[in-house]
Amino acid sequence: MHMADALVSPAVGGAMWVASAGLIAGCAGQVKRSARENVVPLMGVLGAFVFTAQMINFSIPGTGSSGHLGGGLILAVLLGPPAAFLVIASVLTVQALFFADGGLLALGCNIFNLGVYPAFIAYPFLYRPLAGDRRHSARVWAAAVMAAVAGLQLGAFSVVLETRASGISDLPFGTFVWLMQPIHLAIGLVEGLATAAVVTFVARARPESLYQSPAGSAVPGGGKPVLAGLLVAAALMGGILSWFASTHPDGLEWSIARTSGRAPVAEAKPWPAVSAETSGTGLKGGVLTLLLAGAIGLVLRWRR
Amino acid sequence: MNAGHWLEVDRLEELARLEAPAQRVDARVKAVVTLVFVVCVMSYSRYQVSALMPFFLYPIAMLARGRIPAGYLFRKILMAAPFALAVAVFNPFFDRAPMAALGPVTISGGWLSFASVMLRFLLTVGAALILVACTGMHRLCAGLESLGMPRVFAVQLLFLHRYLFVVAEEGGRMTRSLEMRGARLRALPGRVYGSLLGHLLMRALARADRVYRAMVARGFDGEIRLLRPTSLRGSDWGFLLGWTAFFVAARIWNLADLLGGLLSGGVS
Amino acid sequence: MSHHVVEARGLGYVYPDGTPALADVSFRITHGEAVAVVGANGAGKSTLLLQLAGCLLPSSGEVRIGEVPVTAQTVARIRRSAGLVFQDPDDQLFMPTVAEDVAFGPLNAGLPPEEVERRVAGALERVGMSRIKDRPPYKLSAGEKRAAALATVLAMEPDVLVMDEPSSHLDPRGRRRLIEWLVSFAHTRIMATHDLELALEVCSRVIVMEGGAVVADGPIRDVLNDEKGMLAHGLERPHSLRHAHPH
Repeated sequence: MHMADALVSPAVGGAMWVASAGLIAGCAGQVKRSARENVVPLMGVLGAFVFTAQMINFSIPGTGSSGHLGGGLILAVLLGPPAAFLVIASVLTVQALFFADGGLLALGCNIFNLGVYPAFIAYPFLYRPLAGDRRHSARVWAAAVMAAVAGLQLGAFSVVLETRASGISDLPFGTFVWLMQPIHLAIGLVEGLATAAVVTFVARARPESLYQSPAGSAVPGGGKPVLAGLLVAAALMGGILSWFASTHPDGLEWSIARTSGRAPVAEAKPWPAVSAETSGTGLKGGVLTLLLAGAIGLVLRWRR
Repeated sequence: MNAGHWLEVDRLEELARLEAPAQRVDARVKAVVTLVFVVCVMSYSRYQVSALMPFFLYPIAMLARGRIPAGYLFRKILMAAPFALAVAVFNPFFDRAPMAALGPVTISGGWLSFASVMLRFLLTVGAALILVACTGMHRLCAGLESLGMPRVFAVQLLFLHRYLFVVAEEGGRMTRSLEMRGARLRALPGRVYGSLLGHLLMRALARADRVYRAMVARGFDGEIRLLRPTSLRGSDWGFLLGWTAFFVAARIWNLADLLGGLLSGGVS
Repeated sequence: MSHHVVEARGLGYVYPDGTPALADVSFRITHGEAVAVVGANGAGKSTLLLQLAGCLLPSSGEVRIGEVPVTAQTVARIRRSAGLVFQDPDDQLFMPTVAEDVAFGPLNAGLPPEEVERRVAGALERVGMSRIKDRPPYKLSAGEKRAAALATVLAMEPDVLVMDEPSSHLDPRGRRRLIEWLVSFAHTRIMATHDLELALEVCSRVIVMEGGAVVADGPIRDVLNDEKGMLAHGLERPHSLRHAHPH
């Protein structure tokens, strides 16, 4: 459920960038201070593991379909929230840069949607209390499924909100929600099952590699007021900016102008080119510009 | 994703090592220019098509000056297209009001915004790929770090990139051996899957331990020292100011429309 | 040059999960010696090497490098004087380019930039790899990786070279070149290996391990020539010794 650049307005994308960048900075500080000594290579290799795991599918019993690991939850179980968030962010960054998944402007949204919910909500508030320390039992399976479903539902809803606030897609809010949530219910189930399968395996084979929350505190996320504060601040900022963006999109103004019966061609033009599409000159000029750009490219290539 | 993707990652890095003008531009400058480019392109209203055209000059120039094969880049962009396509394709159904006329054919707002979304997708995703193809992960991370990205994150990106190949190859060997014994890789039974990924994860963890030891053996003290980028040259400043000025100009005036008007005026 | 001496006294080690790995290991290796550590899989060779390079601290007994016992306080100094070459070069080459990887140790040691550059150039020159310095490690052949991994350690200018399976994954030509380097180094050299022919060419002394303990220690030709002893420790007498004269 990667958001794509083409669907995000600069205001929404920028707000989510600021939120995600703030979280990355906060988590980087936490990881640097953490006592886990081999965390640098561990994070890098686990990022590579998640990448690879996404290529391997398993069959969902009784359905005939298949799914794969998403990675956010398993990283939180292995690394704890701050390091897991950094790894997810790095995986998404590499996907944006090398695989054109999402794009740069949407990267902030993607890091927020796929990183914050599993690492800072689903893991500390659902998985930890539900799974407890009994790592072999059915509780692990139940906890993983619930945490994964919750994380993905929140993420999917964020995608809807961000797309909506950006005002680029015409998909009505209700329809979009009804499209996204059930799909991600299924994906969440799969993610939870895959996570539980791997966690129970590691718990048997190498229990010491599962993350122990500092000082064994029973309070989920306890002892991390800084991070919690940062999280709330980021969410608030994202929310406010998105709301602001959604009340002032160019597209919305345009459709109001249209329904109020004013002819767009005759409208005073805040953005000159809105009306240019309606005349022949815009198209002609567009094609011409493209040709010109191509010609310049040829010249540049030739006089290398 | 299949194994073919991995070679492609390699190919981008390979391009980044070419000795071409675009590759020689400072990484920080290219990162900033790319960001300005993406923000400018995305700040247009949803029905914009013609005004986006001048922005094609940047990717085309970078392809030419970086000796990057356009066909290869285009294929990579297409592979990422489905999500944007899936969401934007609804626009023509929900927005049927006629917006433009090309002779006898009227074009609805939905189709116009669909075209705009796809063009912007092409431009922004293309710009990100071009940034990597003419910079490379290594210089990009060092550059971003000196622009203020936390070092822990820069190092994480580098380590992830380094061990992508190693772990993916391990995963490839394991799945191949399963395949040789008749397993259907599209859908493994749950028990096999858990054990396979569990083993892959154990190997990854053991690898992390060994790498950590190798780092410690050479005096690692928790701090990775990246080579510092050199200071900006005159040509870097030229690149930065030139392109930024062009993007801003193209954003303020619809250059395509002006050109079209000029042409129509000249003909009539 | 007493700082080239490597000594173990009653060395024992138990992994944190409770697995015993070494029990009462004692030996003394002097300046410039080349010593092979052989034994079946799981005999404790790799653990011993990690101890000698200061990557692990003893559970009991002690390890002395250059007459300094390895402790939490001295370990940073020890790591600079004992260089460890890992079995899988991918574990050792983690930086974006070969040159940066070779510079990793010297930079950690806080050396000035000119000195770092000199060391990097010198180490790459020594293994004939100057031409690949700007390549990323994953683009190298197995032989080049091995050479680069060796250079990362040589750049630390260690007194003692500790190597785990130096000839694994090498083709015959790569192996031959490795043997030439190993013979030419003046360092104290300690290598764990299954490649007994390589051990015969490079080393004068061998330590045989089994079940975490030293079961034989002596001149390499005498020890490896003992067919019954070798078989008893899960090894075999090298082919070249069967047909050649004993000395």
